[in-house]
Amino acid sequence: MFSLQQLKKSLLVSLWFAFLTFPLLVIRVDPIERTVQWRWENMALVAIGSFLVSLLVRLFYLHQEHRRTRKAAGKLVDREPLIQVILREPKYLYTLSGVMLICALIFPHLFSTYQTNIMITALMYVMLGLGLNIVVGLAGLLDLGYVAFYAVGAYSYALLNYHFDIGFWLALPIGALLAALFGVLLGFPVLRLRGDYLAIVTLGFGEIIRLILENWNEFSQGPSGISNISRPGLFGIELSLDGAILYLYYLMIALVIFTIFVVNRLQDSRIGRAWVALREDEIACQAMGIDKRKTKLTAFALGATWAGMVGVIFAAKTTFINPASFTFLESAIILCIVVLGGMGSIFGVIVGALILILLPEYLRALSDYRMLAFGAVLVTMMIFRPQGVVANIRRSYQFKSQSQGVRR
Amino acid sequence: MSRPVLQVDGLCMDFGGIRAMSELDLAVQQGQIVALIGPNGAGKTTFFNCVTGIYNPTGGNIFLNPPDGSPAVRLNGLKPNQVTEKGMARTFQNIRLFQKMTVLENVMIGRHCRTSSYIFGAVFKTRATRREERETVEKSYRILQQVGLTDHVNDLAENLPYGAQRRLEIARALATEPFILLLDEPAAGMNPQETQELDELINQIRDEGHSILLIEHDMKLVMSLSDKIYVVDYGRKIAEGAPLQVSSDPAVIKAYLGEEIDA
Repeated sequence: MFSLQQLKKSLLVSLWFAFLTFPLLVIRVDPIERTVQWRWENMALVAIGSFLVSLLVRLFYLHQEHRRTRKAAGKLVDREPLIQVILREPKYLYTLSGVMLICALIFPHLFSTYQTNIMITALMYVMLGLGLNIVVGLAGLLDLGYVAFYAVGAYSYALLNYHFDIGFWLALPIGALLAALFGVLLGFPVLRLRGDYLAIVTLGFGEIIRLILENWNEFSQGPSGISNISRPGLFGIELSLDGAILYLYYLMIALVIFTIFVVNRLQDSRIGRAWVALREDEIACQAMGIDKRKTKLTAFALGATWAGMVGVIFAAKTTFINPASFTFLESAIILCIVVLGGMGSIFGVIVGALILILLPEYLRALSDYRMLAFGAVLVTMMIFRPQGVVANIRRSYQFKSQSQGVRR
Repeated sequence: MSRPVLQVDGLCMDFGGIRAMSELDLAVQQGQIVALIGPNGAGKTTFFNCVTGIYNPTGGNIFLNPPDGSPAVRLNGLKPNQVTEKGMARTFQNIRLFQKMTVLENVMIGRHCRTSSYIFGAVFKTRATRREERETVEKSYRILQQVGLTDHVNDLAENLPYGAQRRLEIARALATEPFILLLDEPAAGMNPQETQELDELINQIRDEGHSILLIEHDMKLVMSLSDKIYVVDYGRKIAEGAPLQVSSDPAVIKAYLGEEIDA
């Protein structure tokens, strides 16, 4: 099955990994006893492990090669992946959505408050992912400072609540609006930029917002943050802590459905198409009569809106915020959600958010190696499915007679 | 003679110290097919880019005179999308389709500047938006029928064969409802069969009342299609006139084949 050549390559890979992990996994310095422990057994484990993994990867490529030759010979018909079939057929799609909704609705009654709390966080990231999906997935504008809008939302609620005692429900649209405003504000200077340059400027923008919040003590109370933010109100009823979490959970479910609804409508509209065209080819897009400025600014503003809303919810959920929650790492995770889930695909982003937020939580059993395992999952995903978990499919139209268009 | 639909007077374009285009005059009459030819690097595509707003010309004037009699529009300094809105659409020499969109969607993008629904309409699917979308789909489909791409409606643009991609570019440009169409080497890389079909398509588009300005290297196609030919070399016009007149012009022969050196 494997040639000698391939075995040799795998062997080299395992040696290389053993060498790389040598300082971390083999040497342990005990500063108190002033001794050095040599854990050679770890090296053996790493070598054997990486050798096996490398063989597995080779096996996968062999399999793919095999499929390709068979397909070329006409023996194998390309089958559409199951998930794409489900997403294409409304019948299956509605069933799947229904099942998912029911699962989501009974979830807090089956699991503990702790689990519900984790799920609320995951749902928040679903919303963030769907928002960033507009900017990155549809319009193709690589935004590394998305967390700035999240911070704007969170701080607008925190400050309005602190100074003017404004409630959650009024703050939600205000936070969204302010974030959209900041989206336009960021949009203007970066209108001419794209690709790497755009990424750098947005990265800088994200840092500026965080640094302002950290250093402008009179405005944001600096690193000590703002505490005692009110939880969302429910017609003035006092809720217990468990009740408040349950309430927040259902609120999040409703907001996620709202987000999916809006993003779905936008995606298949005149602006949605303009965004995708902008991503595909900027010059051709302009030559076809699309106003680049307007289209880009709309994408930034609409993307930021969702981040602003989630920011308000975040502040209400934790009742305490400080700038440490809005670091670059957050932006990176949200971007990961979009890329890993599948750029431009709503279902993909939902799956991506659930994987990326829930996985580290449930990997806690691995304790110290949690983030290592998490990283490994990301790397493997991108190697084997670079288009994301669920790739985006374009809408198709059916035509019956000569000129009458019937849409599906 | 009535006023030309596209009139270019003394167009100049400098890149730094390099003059890519100098004092070029050109006019396209309503319903004409005009060809712009010249050796490689003569400045033909630069001319297109100046006229369609991708470059801002350093000198000269470009006017569009809509055939419906509305007042002339000066195009200098307008953005590409504004130029398209005024009624001039183009295709590209190196195909620039929206690869990851379907064939129909590519044409629907062309309808963008003739439609108006925005965020509100998209989210609430108002009656006006629904009607507009339906019209967009129908009109786009009709244009695809015209260029013969109805078999590929839901295919991704990147999966089309080469000749079909060229035709889709033309379809996309037609969807913007132009009165003048600029085609940048539409026959490049086509086989004789496809070129023949293209010849018919361009004639058909002209018969529908569009004026056409064409850059092309396939001389057979140029000679059979054009009403008038402009020849440029090193950014200057070296000849203009009817096809036969131009093909026998000594300056043109010199530009294409070089000069004979008497021993």
